[in-house]
Amino acid sequence: MLRRTFLGVLGATCVGAALPTGAEAGGKEFKGYPGSKGVLFDATRCIGCRKCEAACNKVNNLPKPEKPFEDLAVLDERRRTDAKTHTVVNKYGTPEHPVFRKSQCNHCLEPACASACFVKAFKKLPNGAVVYDESVCVGCRYCMVACPFEIPTYEYDEPLTPRVMKCDMCAPRQAKGELPGCVAECPKEALVFGEREELITIARERIRRNPDRYVHHLYGEDEMGGTSWMNLSGVPFKEIGMREDLGTKSAPELTAGALAAVPMVAGLWPVLLGGIYAVSKRNAKVADEEREEAVKNALAKASAEAEKTLSDALEKADVANKRKIEVEVKKAVEEALKPKEEEEAENSEKEES
Amino acid sequence: MSTPANNGPKSAFNTFNLVAGAILVVGLILTVLRFTQGIGPVTNLDDNNPWGIWIGFDLLCGVALAAGGYTTSAACYIFGLKRFHSAVRPAILTAFLGYALVVFALQYDLGRPWRLPYPIFVSQGTTSLLFEVGLCVMLYLTVLFIEFTPAMFEWLGWKKIRGVVVKLTLVLTIFGVVLSTLHQSSLGALYTIAPSKLHPLWYSPYMPLYFFVSSIAAGMSMVIFEGSMSHKKLHRMMDEEYLKHHDGVVFGFGKAASLVLFGYFFIKTMGVAYDNNWHYLTSGYGLLFLTEMLGFVALPCFLYAVGVRDRNLGLIKKASIITVLGIVFNRFNVSMVAFNYHLPAADRYFPSMTEIGISIFIVTLGVVIFRFITTRMPIFFEHPDYKGDH
Repeated sequence: MLRRTFLGVLGATCVGAALPTGAEAGGKEFKGYPGSKGVLFDATRCIGCRKCEAACNKVNNLPKPEKPFEDLAVLDERRRTDAKTHTVVNKYGTPEHPVFRKSQCNHCLEPACASACFVKAFKKLPNGAVVYDESVCVGCRYCMVACPFEIPTYEYDEPLTPRVMKCDMCAPRQAKGELPGCVAECPKEALVFGEREELITIARERIRRNPDRYVHHLYGEDEMGGTSWMNLSGVPFKEIGMREDLGTKSAPELTAGALAAVPMVAGLWPVLLGGIYAVSKRNAKVADEEREEAVKNALAKASAEAEKTLSDALEKADVANKRKIEVEVKKAVEEALKPKEEEEAENSEKEES
Repeated sequence: MSTPANNGPKSAFNTFNLVAGAILVVGLILTVLRFTQGIGPVTNLDDNNPWGIWIGFDLLCGVALAAGGYTTSAACYIFGLKRFHSAVRPAILTAFLGYALVVFALQYDLGRPWRLPYPIFVSQGTTSLLFEVGLCVMLYLTVLFIEFTPAMFEWLGWKKIRGVVVKLTLVLTIFGVVLSTLHQSSLGALYTIAPSKLHPLWYSPYMPLYFFVSSIAAGMSMVIFEGSMSHKKLHRMMDEEYLKHHDGVVFGFGKAASLVLFGYFFIKTMGVAYDNNWHYLTSGYGLLFLTEMLGFVALPCFLYAVGVRDRNLGLIKKASIITVLGIVFNRFNVSMVAFNYHLPAADRYFPSMTEIGISIFIVTLGVVIFRFITTRMPIFFEHPDYKGDH
C-alpha cells in the first residue's frame, strides 16, 4: 500500500496512467534545506524526569498544568500533546526496565500539515522548524487529519480565536541563537540540537560504537520523507509508541497523483463533454431529418397513389361519360328520327290504302 | 390543468410546520451555544478526532447527495436525453440548496468561520486538496445559483434576463460537470494524505475515483428518492408534463444507477486486489466492508436492474433508498468508523447530541426552504409563459 509510484487516479482512467508522480514530486525529492537544524532524541538516555516538559511550558508561556511537572506519577498514564502541552514524555517498557520517549512535532522535511493547509498557515523554515501562522488559519483542522504523528492540537475551548498548537522547535529562540527550551534543560543529554546532517552522523556513530545498546535504525531519517527531529532507541520503536508502518513517502507525494489529475480533468472534460453533446445533438438532428424524410416519402407515395386513383377514376369516368354521351346522342338521334319515320310510315300506309 | 393551483398548505399549524418549527428552534439554541462556548464544549471532537459528523455527514454526504444536479443536467443537456428535462429543475434546486447548506454547516465546524474566503482571497494553499474542494465548491455553488435563476426570473416575470441565462445552459452544464468531477473526487482525495490513519480496506490511491463514481449513483438515487417523496407531498405543484415524464425519469436513472453501481462494485474490488488487502476481509472491519459492498452496493445494483426489467417502480424506489443509505454508510466509514482504526476504543469518536442536533437542524432547514420554493416558483411545473421553451 505504501509503495506506489503512481497515483494516476482519474488521469489513469482517461489518459492511460501516463501521469508523472506529480507537479512537485516528479522524481525529485526534497532532502531538507542545507544546514538546517534538527534535534536527536536518544531514548536510551532519557530518564523520564519531565524537565523538558517544564522547560517547554515555561519558554512558550503555556498555562500551568493541574499536576506539577515534578509529579512523575503522571508518567503512568499515556498522554499526547494537547493545546496546553507542546511536548509529552511517556513511559513504556516494564516497571523494572522503563523506557521513556519524548514526543513533539517532528518537523518533517516535507510536512503533511503544510501540504494539507489550504491557507499556507504552516511553513518549513530554512532553519528546519515547521511554524504556524495563526493570522490566516481558518480552523478547518485538516492539518490534524493529515499529520501521521498525531501532533497538531486545537484550542477547542476557545470560542472566537482558536489556534492550532504545536511545537515550533523554539524558532524564536533559535533566531536569538538560543537552544530550544527542552534541549537546553535536558540533564542527561538525551536531546542534541544541531545540523541535521551532523545529527545523522552522530546517531550512526552511536549505533556503531554500541551496537548492542541500539536498534539499528534512525527513526526520522526517512520516515514520511524524513524529519528534522530524529530518534534513537534501545527497543523496537513500535514498543515506544512509534509507528513503523509510515513508510518513506512524504505527504505531498501521497496527494500528488490526485492533484496532478486536476488540470487533466479541467482540460479534457470540456472536450469530452462537448464531444458527447455534439454527437448527441447530431444524432438527434439526423434522427429528425430521417423522420422528416420518411414522412416526406410517405406523403409523396400517398399523394402519388391518390393521384393515380384519381386519374384512373377520371379516365374511367371519361370512358363512361363518352359512352353515356354516345348513348344519349344515339337516343336523341333516334328520337329525332322517330316522328319522321312515323310520318313516312303513315304516308306509305295512306298511299297503300 | 396546465398550471397547478398555487394555494399552499391550508393552515400554518399543520404537523410538518410544527415539527419543523420545533427542530428549527432547538437548532437556533444550539447555534447560540456553539458560537458562544466554542467547538469543545458542544462536540465530542478532540485532538485525535478533529473531524466528526459535521464533516462526515454535513459535508461529505451533503455534497455526494447533491450530485443529482450535475447528473440530471448532464443527462438532459449533454447526453441529449430530453425526457429528463422535467427533472432538471428539481435536481438543480436540490443541488443548490444542498451545497448552500454544506457551506452553511461548515460555519459550525470551522474554528474561525468568517475566514472561509481566506483560502481563495487571502492566502492560497494550492498544494492542499481542501483548497481544490473549496475553490470548486465556491465556483459550483455560483454555477448552480445561475442555473437556478431562470425559475426565479419566471416567478418574478423578468423575461429578458431569463432569456440570457437560458442561452448559457450548455456552457453552465459543462462547467458544472467539470467542477463536480473535481470536487467530488477531491473529497475522496482528502484522505489520500493519511494512509496511516484510514483502514486499508477503505484507503486506496483510487479514493478520488471511488468518491466520484459513487456520487453519480448517489445523485441519481437522490433524484429518484426525492421525486417519490415530492410526489407524495407536493403533487399539487406538478404539471402534466412533469407527471408524464416522471416514470420515464425513474426508469432511466434506475437503469443508469444499476450500471454505475456495477462499475463501482468492480473498481472497489479491484482496489482491494491492487493493494492485496484480501486478508483483511476476515477481520471485524472486513465484515463492515463486506456489509457495505454487498448490502449497499451489490444489492441495490441488482434491485435496480430487476426493477427496470419488470417496470417495477416500487422496487426502484427501494433500491434508491438503499443506495442513498449506502453512500451515507460509506462516507461515515471513511471519515469516522474506519478512520483512526489504530487507536484504542477510548480514543475513538462518537458524536455528541449537539452535533447530531445541528445536523438534523440543517437537514430540516433544507427541507423547509425546498418546500417554500417549490410551492411558489415553477419547479415542478412549466411557467405558462414559457411553455415548451427549451
